Amino acid sequence: MDKMRRKVIGAGGAGLLASSLPAGMAFAQGAPVKIGMSMPQTGGLGAGGQAALIGLRMWVDDINAKGGLLGRKVEFIVYDDQSNGANTPGIYTKLIDVDKVDLLIAPYATNPTAPIMPMVKERGLLLMGNFSFQVNAKVQHDMWFNNAPWGDAKNWSEGFLEAGKKAGAKSIAIFAADAEFQQNLANGCRDVVKQTGWNVVYDQNYPGNNTDFSSIIRAVRAAKPEAVFVACYPNEAVAIMRSVNEIGLGSQVQIFGGGMVGLQFGPVMQGLGSLLNGVVNYNSYVPGMKYPGIDDFFKRYSERALAAKVDPLGFYLPPYNYAIGQMIEQAVNGTKSLDHKKIADYLRKNEMKTIVGPISFDKNGERAKPALVQAQFRNIKDGDFEQFKSPGKQIVIWPASEKQGDVITPFDKARKAT
Amino acid sequence: MKYAIYCALVLLGFLGVSTLGGINEYVFFAGFVILQFVILATAWNILGGYAGYVNFGVPAFIAVGAYTAVVLFKSMSAPLLVQILGGGILAGALGLGVGLLTLKLRGIFFSIATVAVVFILETVVNNWRYVGGATGLQLTRPQDLWFFDSYARMLFFVMAVLAVLSVTIARYIQDSFLGRGLRAVRDSEEAAECSGVPTLKIKLIACTISGALMGIAGAPMPMYLSYIEPTSTFNLSYSISALGMPIIGGTSHWIGPVIGALLLATLQQIVTVTISNELNVLVVGVLLVLFVVIAPDGILGLIKKWKQSSK
Amino acid sequence: MHGALLKSPIFYQKTLMFSVDLIFEAVLFGILLGCFYAAVSLGLSVAFGLLDVPYVAHPALLILGSYFTFVLSQTGIDPIVCGVLLMPVFFLIGIGFYRFYYETFEKRSSDTGVRGLAFFFGMSFIIEVCLILVFGVDQRTVVASYIGSSLEIGDYRFPYRMLVAFGIALTLTVALTLYFSKTFNGRAIKAVGQDEGALRLMGANPVKIKQLAFGIATAVNALAGAMLIIVGPVEPAMDRIYIGRTFCVVVLAGLGSMSGTLVAGLVLGIAESIVMMTFGASWAPAVSFGLLLLMLGVRPQGLFGR
Repeated sequence: MDKMRRKVIGAGGAGLLASSLPAGMAFAQGAPVKIGMSMPQTGGLGAGGQAALIGLRMWVDDINAKGGLLGRKVEFIVYDDQSNGANTPGIYTKLIDVDKVDLLIAPYATNPTAPIMPMVKERGLLLMGNFSFQVNAKVQHDMWFNNAPWGDAKNWSEGFLEAGKKAGAKSIAIFAADAEFQQNLANGCRDVVKQTGWNVVYDQNYPGNNTDFSSIIRAVRAAKPEAVFVACYPNEAVAIMRSVNEIGLGSQVQIFGGGMVGLQFGPVMQGLGSLLNGVVNYNSYVPGMKYPGIDDFFKRYSERALAAKVDPLGFYLPPYNYAIGQMIEQAVNGTKSLDHKKIADYLRKNEMKTIVGPISFDKNGERAKPALVQAQFRNIKDGDFEQFKSPGKQIVIWPASEKQGDVITPFDKARKAT
Repeated sequence: MKYAIYCALVLLGFLGVSTLGGINEYVFFAGFVILQFVILATAWNILGGYAGYVNFGVPAFIAVGAYTAVVLFKSMSAPLLVQILGGGILAGALGLGVGLLTLKLRGIFFSIATVAVVFILETVVNNWRYVGGATGLQLTRPQDLWFFDSYARMLFFVMAVLAVLSVTIARYIQDSFLGRGLRAVRDSEEAAECSGVPTLKIKLIACTISGALMGIAGAPMPMYLSYIEPTSTFNLSYSISALGMPIIGGTSHWIGPVIGALLLATLQQIVTVTISNELNVLVVGVLLVLFVVIAPDGILGLIKKWKQSSK
Repeated sequence: MHGALLKSPIFYQKTLMFSVDLIFEAVLFGILLGCFYAAVSLGLSVAFGLLDVPYVAHPALLILGSYFTFVLSQTGIDPIVCGVLLMPVFFLIGIGFYRFYYETFEKRSSDTGVRGLAFFFGMSFIIEVCLILVFGVDQRTVVASYIGSSLEIGDYRFPYRMLVAFGIALTLTVALTLYFSKTFNGRAIKAVGQDEGALRLMGANPVKIKQLAFGIATAVNALAGAMLIIVGPVEPAMDRIYIGRTFCVVVLAGLGSMSGTLVAGLVLGIAESIVMMTFGASWAPAVSFGLLLLMLGVRPQGLFGR
């Protein structure tokens, strides 16, 4: 019996050995530098993940055209985790032990990233975060660098809450999915709300795979809130907007939105169309904001995205994912090595120049100077995709440095405003 | 006596592999899963193969094992062996409870009731903040590796020991009065009752032991992943694998689940590494349907037929 | 009339809503939901309730129906029409399934319990994985004029998609009940579950009758699948939660009762709706399975069973 087991393990081992050799590659000087990650390409986050992936592939092509990293070609290994955190530990173990990658990038978003944090900490590996929120808070890994526009929960929600207060809102309803990101954000918002004297009239968590929000929206409507803060993922965002349209929230709501992931993805925006009007939500980039070189980036991105049948707008994730590559490039060139500790040191101490502006990290691995904006959707018509390319459809209301206009309240008025 | 020698040899073999340098870590990572399925298949077969009661609720017992381990670890930093013991005891208790509630019912009702237990428990865990709820919990595993080089290797050996333990228990049951009683229940429950077999008691014992073993298989999982969350822990895919492996291997003898689990789980791991995750379940599903239709006695049955025809 | 702020240390519940208006609206929504659940369970009621086939693959076929509807509706056809168009296709699938099951398992009648269950369970997973391989894990929806808006009566809003599903569900239930009580084949189907021998004496072939019943059960699934994707987005793994809902309805009704299925569906729908309103959506999955376990433990023959 043990002979059979050994044979089986032997066969498996040979297979592993074979799969870790790159097939048919042209070597520059020495072995390629392998950068590995899993990206949610299907599932709820898929629309965003596919766009982000194009941003990363653009960087890989650009760096290889320049001669690679340290004179070696960059090989990019990416798997699909299906937006499911249960898949990432296995995938990252495979990347580390079977594919033997040199550098790791985290999957897009908090929920697929949270499960691998203890693992990378235990194995002492550098991880470049990708739009996660507070995912390192408990694990406290010191080689974690989160590439995202936001800072902490206060930074995220204060713009939204300020706008609500200015419109006279005193009561707030909060609902969020029971999942890592949504809870991190909602809990942060709950703290801010407590400190700034809001009256919480509704506060509920719902299961992450909930598809029917009728009962929640009805209950929210019955509580008569003047502000509604939602922390949700893309599938939920779509269902919530449809439900709001079906059931209505009541005329007293001044401001709605805040932390809805997915309303930044091109396909989602197009699918929802006029249902988006009036929503105040976060974003990393809207037309009208100025970053050096961003227009050229979008032009190149659009070509590739159209060919790949992926979100041609690419506002939210692709520029930042390109920036991850740029930061890796600067750190590796700056330390002339692939040693994770040295690279981590460099990232901690330096400010890197990227396509979305200068980026530096604080001691927790989060962004030192947040660049999040809150914008209100206005004048969106159904069935027109080109409209999203020009300014005027997402008006930045906060922070002051990027402000494009004042928020229109109440919510019902903003939905019909032209 | 021969059996004990085989067990000792097997364990020595695993010890050797776990302490040998130069073997890719992923072998131990994947090996853990394969051994876990050996335990699950053996455990399922005690009730499903011997007695004919199909338990679809395998994930519920695995999850009770896993979440008991989490609670023990989080509340008092319990060492791995205590976690496993606790997981086994509570999962056994669940087996007893489910048995009391449903073993009086007909076959399919028992099976549907076991599915119900999965979802009810999952809902409870989803709402239980202490173990992370639906969000899940990140866990830092303690670095007490005994004399092994890595945590993965240690877990691999622990699972090997547990697997040998489960198979020994299954073998003991098969050859004992309990096994004969279970087979009588499977062949005809009414006849068994009439001839004085305490069918309910026997079924309850089998259900309890089966559940406890599944809990033991599930208890090391939080440490294995350094993370726990409900959706993957309560995944019904465990059911199809845990019942597919014994059916494919052969349900009448304790070696059947072992053969089925080793072959199928290894195939699944190879598929995961080379192709994708989904195909896992498809492989088991297709093989299960094929065997159920064509070779209902599993690989053991095929071997028997081949031996007879070649005489 | 808002409830107290309940900061429970163990559970996530933060506010408990106790408004009479809300509960009334929850009950109304529950009636719509319940009829939908009943329609979705009708096929199982026939296959398992009347014919005693351990048809665990029923929810998987339901989701398959939803996906077929999705594909067909891409051509511009209204989803309900798609569902109706798919019924003959599913009828044939059902006949095929039963024929296969009969030839392989029932005829040989050795150890059919485990093997039959394992077979249908395996088919369930195969269908689910094939859907994932073909369509991916993304959610799919259909578009129609009645999806997205609601009927306003006073302060209450009833989404049209629920009303449409309610209408179809009622029609299906009435149609099936009439069929089983008024037509020869229908009555034969009811009889074959009770006494095959007597049926044979009356000149009907039991196997052909069972085949017909299975075909009808699966055909109903096609329309029910269309309803499912009208009511909300669909993804391949949804068959798992629907195992609970459909079996809950069938067990609650009691095997073999068509009108009982409607009542049982209503009970489940209202219970789920109220639980969602009071305790939150995170407890909703436990309602169907909990009711199921309760019935199995307390009264296994169901409310109206024989």
